[in-house]
Amino acid sequence: MKRHLTKRNLFILLIAIATGYFYSKDGSITTSVVSTATSFALPLALAAMVGIMCERTGIVNIGIEGTLLTSAFVAFFVSSMTHNILIGLTASVAIGSLLGLLLAVMSVSWKMDQIIAGTIINILATGLTSFLYVQGRTIPATFPEYDIPKLMDIPFFGQVLFMHGPLFYFGLFVILSLYVALFKTTWGLRSRAVGEHPSSADTAGVSVLRLRYINVTIAGAIGGLTGSFLSLELVGSFERGFTAGKGFTALALMIFGRWNPLGALAAAMFFGMTQAYANQLMIDQVVQIPTQFITILPYILTIIVLAISAGKVRAPAAEGQPYEKENA
Amino acid sequence: MSALLEITGLTKQFPGVLANDNISLTVKAGEVVALLGENGAGKSTLVKAVFGLIKPDKGEIKISGNTMHYGDTAGVIAAGVGMVHQHFQLVPVMSVTENIVLGDEPRKAFFINRKAARAQVIALSERYGLQVDPDAIIEDLPVGMQQRVEILKALRKDVKLLILDEPTAVLTPQEIDELLIVIRTLAKSGVGIVLITHKLHEVMAVADRVLVLRGGKAIGFTSPAQSDEAGLAQMMVGRSVVLRVDKTPAKPGKPALEVVGLQVLDDRKLLSVKGVDLVVHHGEILGVAGVEGNGQRELVEAICGMRHRIAGQVHVDGAETKDLHPHAIHAGGISHIPEDREKHGLVSSYSIADNLVLNQFDVEPFAKGWVRNISHVNTNADDVVAKFDIRTPSAQNLASSLSGGNKQKVVVARELSEDLKVLVAAQPTRGVDVGSIEFIHNQLIAARDRGTAVLLVSAELDEILSLSDRVAVMSGGKIVAIVDSKDADRNYIGRLMAGLKE
Ligand SMILES: Nc1ncnc2c1ncn2[C@@H]1O[C@H](COP(=O)(O)OP(=O)(O)OP(=O)(O)O)[C@@H](O)[C@H]1O
Ligand SMILES: [Mg+2]
Repeated sequence: MKRHLTKRNLFILLIAIATGYFYSKDGSITTSVVSTATSFALPLALAAMVGIMCERTGIVNIGIEGTLLTSAFVAFFVSSMTHNILIGLTASVAIGSLLGLLLAVMSVSWKMDQIIAGTIINILATGLTSFLYVQGRTIPATFPEYDIPKLMDIPFFGQVLFMHGPLFYFGLFVILSLYVALFKTTWGLRSRAVGEHPSSADTAGVSVLRLRYINVTIAGAIGGLTGSFLSLELVGSFERGFTAGKGFTALALMIFGRWNPLGALAAAMFFGMTQAYANQLMIDQVVQIPTQFITILPYILTIIVLAISAGKVRAPAAEGQPYEKENA
Repeated sequence: MSALLEITGLTKQFPGVLANDNISLTVKAGEVVALLGENGAGKSTLVKAVFGLIKPDKGEIKISGNTMHYGDTAGVIAAGVGMVHQHFQLVPVMSVTENIVLGDEPRKAFFINRKAARAQVIALSERYGLQVDPDAIIEDLPVGMQQRVEILKALRKDVKLLILDEPTAVLTPQEIDELLIVIRTLAKSGVGIVLITHKLHEVMAVADRVLVLRGGKAIGFTSPAQSDEAGLAQMMVGRSVVLRVDKTPAKPGKPALEVVGLQVLDDRKLLSVKGVDLVVHHGEILGVAGVEGNGQRELVEAICGMRHRIAGQVHVDGAETKDLHPHAIHAGGISHIPEDREKHGLVSSYSIADNLVLNQFDVEPFAKGWVRNISHVNTNADDVVAKFDIRTPSAQNLASSLSGGNKQKVVVARELSEDLKVLVAAQPTRGVDVGSIEFIHNQLIAARDRGTAVLLVSAELDEILSLSDRVAVMSGGKIVAIVDSKDADRNYIGRLMAGLKE
């Protein structure tokens, strides 16, 4: 425990030093780059929470991409039709929960192969959103940026952390809460027990199926929130294939973060940073290399750095296995 | 007053096995009922049904007069039932404390009160004299320690009915004595107890009544007053069992296994094998006696390549074996019955047939080059299942569907199925019924007579004394004495094990 904490701390320290160095050279650009990075990172981290919630109780969820796509779509079109982004947000959380419930029914009750169940959700999402998609719709407004008084005046951190929209703050709150809930509460202990060794939980009077249902559904709701965040706060529009693989990136970040919400957040932050710096490189045109290479750069860097720093990872032991009571 | 536990006409059919056939049993407050039966007789099935873990096809279960239902384990626990499971129900990556409090955690609002939880575990461990480290992670603990955790977990709440499914299989004799005292004390205070065990003297010591099961049927009730060990054994197996081992004197040949100056660390990185020298000759059984935790486990694991040797060598027929290469060591002529069958002996999700060739799946006749020869694997399995009396409808069933003792038989059968130069047998009869113990003992002696050098490690002093040709006593990480079995007197060995000189 201690050992990997210090390793992660070292890694964070390294990033901090690098950022500090750039900041001393050019404060305003560095601040805006890191601020962009944070906006890139948060939806990814939030999407990783969907995976963490599910996998910690033993359900593999590769349908995150589909959940994000569907809920971003619903958020946008419901907002557009009702001219109310709050209704859009509610609808997207509802559809996310529904998809979570669908995954729970398929994988917990029907004991379907969970990879197939997730794939069904992804295919469903692509199909539905392209079929129902109409061009040229708009929404009345995006969620406005809300700068937190006082805190926004802190140099550097003010702009990075406290000058965002409401869903950003709420998302960050969800991530931190999930961390606390997973490791400090009875719900967390029971959920992890269910994901590691379900029969132990069962014999301790913890209902494996119920907890899996609840957690996978809540995870879906978080996925819905993420979808809204993307279409109603960050971008303000929707087109076909809108989420562009974020759901799969989130799964990788979950693994790099060792199924730990803070770990996934750190991994997402690193990925966001590389992306923001890559964008900056393109804007500045300091180096003359094809833009395609620059766009690949964040992925390659992230893989290398995280693979080195993550060390040995171990997934929850009961992941992907339906619980067969009498065979336990 | 209604009985604490009332089972009426319980029937459970598994694919191909009638595990429980119309069984009825009542347990009153303050009564100790022992369940006795061969491996696969249906004992665990019966108590798991009580705990709501198995769905009976027929029959009714009442606790304190209330009917219990399948799936409602929380309700059964709330009704005051605690159970020690034969197959430990512990989360490997969690701590002892987390495992013990799981399901009913002390809390502050939504949060687990870790301090209170830890204090509860310490108090519990002191109250019942079962020492555990509250912060240790389960998967780092030896099975004996895990067993203690499992027992403490069941005792945590003030239970009215305590079910113990082979709680003593992996405990040391001292711990067993303490547990028997706990059982008696609890019974005196009015707790009803159901005890499953294969050790007949435990039954004689604590049971008020004994229910004998055979092939899923209740054969009948008896009691220690009406019977003796031989009588109990006969009743459960259906024939008379020789509880004593008959063997001819050994004809030891050349040295087969030579251990020289071996030093090994335990899981806490402390030196636990402190320079051991041992020689086991072809055609003899060398027993290692000792109180658990004196380095026997580490010694065995180092010999078999599962634990790093920090100093010393292990030779087989004069050739040095390579450290930390279990596969090469096996190829070099050592077979190994590991003490923890669930962790190191079996792949539960593989079929019994595949488990029976885990050590030779890649060699003739079970494979040709890269291709497995499944028909050989299957005929081998059918032979072995018949020979070792492994109770299963088919060798194609998963190992996880076997009863505990039958799993043990699979491991023993596999390791005895090839005649290697050396056999290292750690707790070979753990959880096995008396009839099968007799059989396994005879197989070990037969292997000896075919020239195998057997290194036997067992927590059962009786097993060591009856099988061994020479007895090595291990204490404090060292071999403190090696005596010929003719001179091995129980008291003398016991004193040496306790670390007393002469
Ligand atoms: N989940 C299962 N699926 C199929 N068969 C099973 C299952 N559980 C138990 N059995 C079978 O039911 C029979 C009774 O098993 P049980 O575990 O009750 O035996 P036991 O009396 O506890 O034996 P042991 O002394 O070896 O622990 C065995 O033949 C076993 O193979
Ligand atoms: Mg059993």
